[in-house]
Amino acid sequence: MPQRNLCRSAEILALSIWVLTIAALFIGPDAQAGEPRYFAITNARIVPVSGAVIESGTVVMAKGLIVSVGKSVSIPPEALVIDGKGMTVYPGLFDALTDLGLTSPAATAGGAHEGGGGPSPSRGPEDRPNTTTWTSAADELKADDKRLETWRNGGFTTAVTAPKVGLFPGQGAVIDLAGDRPGDLVVKPNASLHISLTPTGGFFGFPGSLIGVIAYVKQIYYDAAQDAQAQQIYAANPRGRERPRYDRALHAIEDATRDGRPVLLPAVTVPQILRAFDIASQLGIKPVLYGVTQGYAVADQIAAKKLSVLVNLKWPEKEKDADPDAEESLRTLRVRDRAPGTPAALEKAGVKFAFYSDGLTSTKDILKNAKKAIDAGLQRDAALRALTLSPAEIYGVADRLGSIETGKIANLVVTDGDLFEEKTKIKFVFVDGRKFEIHEPEKPKDPPKGTMTGKWKFNFNTPEGAQEATADLTMDTDGTLSGSIVHQYGTSTISSGYLSADKFSFSFSVNMPRPTDVIFSGTLDGNTAKGSLSAGDFSTEITGTRPGGRQVENQEGR
Amino acid sequence: MRISRSGIVVLSLATIAAAVPVAAQDTVIIQNATVLTITKGTIENGSVLIHNGKIAEVGKNLKVPSGATVIDASGMFLSPGIIDCHSHIAVEDQVNEGSVAVSSMTGVGEALDPEDPDIYHDLAGGVTVANVLHGSANPIGGLNAVIKLRWGKDAHGLMFEGAPPGIKFALGENPKRSNFTPPPGIPPRYPQSRMGVIDVIRQAFVDAREYRKSWDDYRKRTAAGEKNIMPPRRDVKLDPLVEVLEGKRYVHSHAYRADEMIQLMRLAEEFGFRIRTFQHVLEGYRIAPEMAAHGVGGSTFSDWWGYKAEAYEAIPYNAAMMTQHGVIVSINSDSAEEARHLNLEAAKTMKYGGMDETQALSMVTINPAIQLGIDKRVGSIEPGKDADLVIYNHHPLSVYAVPQTVFIDGHIYFDRKKDLAARADVDKERKALLEKEKAAEKKSEDKKSDEKKPDEKKPEEKKAIEAQTPGAPTPDASKPAVAKPDAPNPDASKQAPPKPKPADSKKDYSKKEDQKSQPPEPPKPPVTAAPQGSQQ
Repeated sequence: MPQRNLCRSAEILALSIWVLTIAALFIGPDAQAGEPRYFAITNARIVPVSGAVIESGTVVMAKGLIVSVGKSVSIPPEALVIDGKGMTVYPGLFDALTDLGLTSPAATAGGAHEGGGGPSPSRGPEDRPNTTTWTSAADELKADDKRLETWRNGGFTTAVTAPKVGLFPGQGAVIDLAGDRPGDLVVKPNASLHISLTPTGGFFGFPGSLIGVIAYVKQIYYDAAQDAQAQQIYAANPRGRERPRYDRALHAIEDATRDGRPVLLPAVTVPQILRAFDIASQLGIKPVLYGVTQGYAVADQIAAKKLSVLVNLKWPEKEKDADPDAEESLRTLRVRDRAPGTPAALEKAGVKFAFYSDGLTSTKDILKNAKKAIDAGLQRDAALRALTLSPAEIYGVADRLGSIETGKIANLVVTDGDLFEEKTKIKFVFVDGRKFEIHEPEKPKDPPKGTMTGKWKFNFNTPEGAQEATADLTMDTDGTLSGSIVHQYGTSTISSGYLSADKFSFSFSVNMPRPTDVIFSGTLDGNTAKGSLSAGDFSTEITGTRPGGRQVENQEGR
Repeated sequence: MRISRSGIVVLSLATIAAAVPVAAQDTVIIQNATVLTITKGTIENGSVLIHNGKIAEVGKNLKVPSGATVIDASGMFLSPGIIDCHSHIAVEDQVNEGSVAVSSMTGVGEALDPEDPDIYHDLAGGVTVANVLHGSANPIGGLNAVIKLRWGKDAHGLMFEGAPPGIKFALGENPKRSNFTPPPGIPPRYPQSRMGVIDVIRQAFVDAREYRKSWDDYRKRTAAGEKNIMPPRRDVKLDPLVEVLEGKRYVHSHAYRADEMIQLMRLAEEFGFRIRTFQHVLEGYRIAPEMAAHGVGGSTFSDWWGYKAEAYEAIPYNAAMMTQHGVIVSINSDSAEEARHLNLEAAKTMKYGGMDETQALSMVTINPAIQLGIDKRVGSIEPGKDADLVIYNHHPLSVYAVPQTVFIDGHIYFDRKKDLAARADVDKERKALLEKEKAAEKKSEDKKSDEKKPDEKKPEEKKAIEAQTPGAPTPDASKPAVAKPDAPNPDASKQAPPKPKPADSKKDYSKKEDQKSQPPEPPKPPVTAAPQGSQQ
């Protein structure tokens, strides 16, 4: 027995060194892959979601799975014991729709374009415009996307990630938010098929209108049904028959239809939600609606259709750049007021719903916005369910994810209090039984002087010549910065940033093509900013301007 | 005009608002109005009895059934609801799928936006039915949707149930892309000439014929018991064209020039169908006999021309001249704004061409109903028809006429007095919501600066706001209600439309009221102004 343990230790040690090396190379300093894989969290408040809360209990994890949970369970000797006194253990949070791990937008075919050089504009449904049904998020994953860590630090262990660009961008995957290689992340590939109804063609490429998009979606579904039938007839007896045309765009649709995979259909406003019912019945599918911002008004109708929905937690807000003198319509104000009431209305109507973060760049905002739904009448446990078990059920992975139960994947989030309270801190996150300690992001030391909120243009010189990046920043009252930045290599989410007195700093990750952390820092002076950027060994001076001015000047004055 | 319920006497506004219009089961009688039936003459001091949304009786001194809601319309004029045969309201996103020459796979009925404020605005102008058409960017455009302006209902609730389906065609400058240059690198779309336009249409019907045959063959063979036959591809684009060939779908073709219209009529006859209407049809007066012989209707503007080369050869006598040759003629709007005074557009045919009052009004009521194949249901005030009615304070052909109350299916969907009265509530609710937002912002800031403060909402504050935000589907003044207009001027009813008394003009068109009558919610930009759009 001791012999074996020794062996195991040696093995673990060797493995640890190897993993650490790899981790250092590819993941950065936060990965803790060398830790043991047996854990027991004791004396903790356990919220399994699938069952009653255990006020003081133990969760035991082994090799990535939950092996036991309860008031008094035996703790295996190899487990690393964490005293969970004062802590609460939840299932790891599940973001029901993201593009985490997918950095470059999928190539599109046949859309309109402004200049020459690209593909010809689509001339009809037969060109399969902006259709990449065959793109599988699981095959495109990058394990080094910085946002995986950002989400993980926010308590998220699981997500559905899917390509975003196009009318049929591709297929989503259920992923765990940690792993050395892309394949380690994948829990379920091809878990869903995604449809967008946003016209892509402009005036010169099909479809350039909503009516065109709806026609296209119908046509490709009819084509898929016909293709399935024709392929079958042909396979049975090819001799003497004209062969059916090969069309890769149809296969994923046929698969999704055959396997009953969730098909995601967007529907935000009331007319859009009701329209989605019509589209679904024409396609002969039972879609999962996503968006559903105005679900508060039609929750009963969604329930009557027995549809599940994904609710976008980015509640409508006043436009940051809105003309302060422009009068907003009552309709706009009503929607803004009532949208956070959608989850409560869905819960009451008995609709299964999950939350997703689309458009939110900070995990703090995800929970803050879930809290707004709670303030608008949603039960706390229902909010938690929408972030754990419900998305697992919607995507068909509730047998392995979404609750704290024996045999499920050891995805947990451990906090020092109620998840939805702002002061609550996340202590640990377990992903596939791997423990991640959460470091609070660096806080600004001094209160901010002025504001960084607004649209910024940064100019700088690089060996490749003069470059420009535009950042859309939002500053919290405590100086914390969030937002996104558009640069030569694409768009990045700002992962940590602050304004402390008049000193600012923010960082983001750029794939050029290898992922590199870039830090902008310097001094704010009114609508200009001066400082430097550093990216690896490289650094240069930057100047920033804010053409639109200081957006919240009025607010500050008061 | 007063409203009372015989027996019960008073019907409060609040009751009606809460119950949503007048309940369909209710019986309503409108009394003492000048009833412009259109098809059966004009009845002075007439009454119209409405039962279950239909007109039950029309005449003088009708008996008031017990329990009926009585609307006293003394001094008022009652006309059928206005029907706009060419509209682009209530569509989400573009009304053109302009990328392709044949866009018959699209249909505006699939993207209806029942929350478009234009619906309410047009309703306030007396419009009860609109033929919502695809744009004119393509020789063969998308499918239309005939809707009733049932403001507050969802997309299904807007649809004119049972209206024959239609499709938009277009000839001339728009489909040949005369005034559109693609950006560099994008090849121009075929067709680029009038020859090409008719070629595209012809080719589409050749394809549709072949398509129909392939399905006929397939069905025949499967019916005969043959197994494992390859099914033809279902083509969303060709399905509606087959319906056109079979006479099951109306063609509403945008057209200006006489020669092109002749060409299209001949092509249709060659393929065995008829064009139902020419839209715009500015040169219709040149080919009115040919149009009458083909059986095509003309849906035109009163006096709108010169906005592009092919719109120069127009005359305001067009509607009258086509009418004289036996063409069914309607006056349409093609504009959410113009739709609000189609009654006046129709009146212009009296000046230009000497139409009488009934002929003029027919052009925005029974004639468009005939053109859309819904004349058994709407377009005149006759027993058995839908109770789509407008109470005007003056003769609808008078420039002083303002719709007071608009009924669809016997429900009141617009009421001027109620609308004006509701505006204060709209302002109040807006203010309350803005203040609530501000308070929430302030609280979150306070919380940040001092995290120890408890996070509790004042329940009273919340309740107060909720009380002010009832669950109406959409804006402002969306709840129809019953009017109590000013005491009518008894002379008004006897006035010849074009010569109203100056006193009336003061009363009804005082600047103040006119400004107020601007709807409080700014409408979104009209779809006709869509970039590169082309509906004219």
